[in-house]
Amino acid sequence: MEIGLTHYLIVAAILFTTGVAGIIINHKNIIVILMSVEIILLAVNINMVAFSVYLGDLTGQVFSLLILTVAAAEAAIGLAILVAYFRNRGSIDVDDINTMKG
Amino acid sequence: MYTAIVFLPLAGFLIAGIFGRQMGPRPAEVITTTFLMISALLSWVAFAQVGLGSAPASASVLANWFTSGTMKIDWALRIDTLTVVMLVVINTVSALVHLYSFGYMHEDPHRQRFFAYLSLFTFAMLMLVTADNLVQMFFGWEGVGLASYLLIGFWYEKPSANAAAIKAFVVNRVGDFGFALGIFMLFALTGSVSLDHIFAAAPGLAQKTVHVFGMDVNAMTIICLLLFMGAMGKSAQFLLHTWLPDAMEGPTPVSALIHAATMVTAGVFMVSRLSPLFETSPDALNIVIIVGATTAFFAATVGLVQNDIKRVIAYSTCSQLGYMFVACGAGAYNLAIFHLFTHAFFKALLFLGAGSVIHAMHHEQDMRRMGGLAKHIPITFWMMTIGTFALTGLPLTSGFYSKDAIIEAAFVAHRPAALYAFVMVVIAAALTSFYSWRLVFMTFFGKERWAEDAHDAHGHDDHTHVAAGDHATTAHGHHKLEPHESPNVMLVPLYVLAVGALFAGLLFKDYFIGDQMAGFWKQSLFFGKDNKVLEEMHHVPAFVALVATYAMLVGLVVAVWFYIFSPDTPRKLAEQHRPLYLFFQNKWYFDELYDLIFVRPAFWLGRLFWKGGDGRIIDGLGPNGISARIDDLAGRVVKLQTGYIYHYAFAMMIGLAAIITWFMLGGVH
Repeated sequence: MEIGLTHYLIVAAILFTTGVAGIIINHKNIIVILMSVEIILLAVNINMVAFSVYLGDLTGQVFSLLILTVAAAEAAIGLAILVAYFRNRGSIDVDDINTMKG
Repeated sequence: MYTAIVFLPLAGFLIAGIFGRQMGPRPAEVITTTFLMISALLSWVAFAQVGLGSAPASASVLANWFTSGTMKIDWALRIDTLTVVMLVVINTVSALVHLYSFGYMHEDPHRQRFFAYLSLFTFAMLMLVTADNLVQMFFGWEGVGLASYLLIGFWYEKPSANAAAIKAFVVNRVGDFGFALGIFMLFALTGSVSLDHIFAAAPGLAQKTVHVFGMDVNAMTIICLLLFMGAMGKSAQFLLHTWLPDAMEGPTPVSALIHAATMVTAGVFMVSRLSPLFETSPDALNIVIIVGATTAFFAATVGLVQNDIKRVIAYSTCSQLGYMFVACGAGAYNLAIFHLFTHAFFKALLFLGAGSVIHAMHHEQDMRRMGGLAKHIPITFWMMTIGTFALTGLPLTSGFYSKDAIIEAAFVAHRPAALYAFVMVVIAAALTSFYSWRLVFMTFFGKERWAEDAHDAHGHDDHTHVAAGDHATTAHGHHKLEPHESPNVMLVPLYVLAVGALFAGLLFKDYFIGDQMAGFWKQSLFFGKDNKVLEEMHHVPAFVALVATYAMLVGLVVAVWFYIFSPDTPRKLAEQHRPLYLFFQNKWYFDELYDLIFVRPAFWLGRLFWKGGDGRIIDGLGPNGISARIDDLAGRVVKLQTGYIYHYAFAMMIGLAAIITWFMLGGVH
């Protein structure tokens, strides 16, 4: 079976949906949300790389590398915020984080 | 000089009113009283010149007040005999009351305000009597109403005083409404409010009819009745009398000045001043005589059973005002003014005497708690007795001349209701004598009823005003009450008034109602050419001339029997005729009736507009309604903000998906 663009896109779509579902359905831990965000980014990256190969244009791959870097930084900041938040509130349960309530 | 008479009280009011707080009570008292004394002296000079002498009547214009179209209103001082008589009465009584208040109010912390109000009242009253047009008269009329309101409510800590002040003001509004309508109608018919113009036009209008409520009625009758309505309100006549007894909530000097000697007689003055108008309408004069006679009788019956010393005198005032209107209605205006003149002396004397009793009893006003005071406060006792002699009409005292003359005038008056008026005033004379002596006997004779229940004298009644309560507790404690004679500053006015009460009638009767009449009154009063009451009075049957004295003696004998020899009789009588007793005790149920007819519907209507109109409709649908709907909406929107991140993310996702879908399906076209 020839692995074509469609397969990559399907994998990316599955990853993306998983990520979104992770954000929405998860009621437990905020780290899972961070991980879901990473998964969404990865799904986008897969799309980029796949299209880059398919179109024979390197720009997509370069961008995906940039995105990976930013994602790493973002993950670091996210975790740092989490640690700080945990120190303040003693919990990182999603259900406890509702201070934005109107 | 006339300007000084009128404006010195105003100056006193302004000084005491504006600077009273800075300079303290004593200077304010001294200034206002000095000004009033000067004013009173000048008034007697004016009286001697204009009334007794031959100084011409004058109407000097001080300034233009306002001009609107053809209506030109000036501030003017109209000085004629009628005015100078009023000047003398007002300023004399006012000066004496000012002096008396030194003693009576000495423990009140707001004395400056009190004296300022007294002077303001005097000024307004002087503006009223010197008015040369009806609008200035109305100015004074309202001014005295205002001062009366302020002074009745002087002890504003007392809810009853505030209620009485409001009642006086509101009831007077009813009368003033009629007065104002009368002025409007006069202006509409004559095109002027100046007295001279109106008087000149009055005979021409005598036969004129106007169309009112589908009926053709005599214009002058309507005008006179409307004007008389104002007089009824101010002079507390039957149906509009309810405010006067309640006005006794004010300090006693106020009752003496305003609610006995001067303001309440403004109605009598007004009818006399407008005699050229009233003379054109016999129908209106018939109403005047009926109302006057009814008031004289009604107030006397209520006075029989009152227990508050000031209320008895208040009803007596009401009754005597009825006499004055009987005289007016009979066409004997000079008699009315003569009675006004003498009444001012003896009624002010009675009120100030009652004030002296109240002062002695530490602000006890209930006669059932007095008795046996004659030997404790002999001077006050004698002054009150003199006042009672004059009021009941003991021969040679002032009341004898004026009141008996009114009874004779009622007998010969050419009015359909003259006989009714005659019977009523004779009965009222007997009743007057009875309740006046009852007052004296209950207060000064018999057992010392204050001694036995003095221990609860301070706690029991709500009449005791705040300052008095303080005074009684600090100065005397709650132990045994010891009546004491008033200081000289309070007794001197009593002496002066007593002299007036005894001799004013004898001295002035020739001028007011006797031989010198024409030269004394000059043109200030008007008698129609058919008006022969004053001549016919001298030819009444002997029994009419004597009936008043007999009536007085009957009242006296009954009072002596009831309250000296057989003190149980009144109680037994009251028990036997309980409904009648209650009827009088409750003032013919007028307060209850008015409460039912006017006060409660007014409250009901007010509450309807307040709760229903303002609360439900305007607030409910208007500002409050809109803000409440927005609040509801915002509440629902707020519920969307759960604070959970995944909800926001979900919403974002849905929104994003929707936008993309829209773009893909149709947005790009």
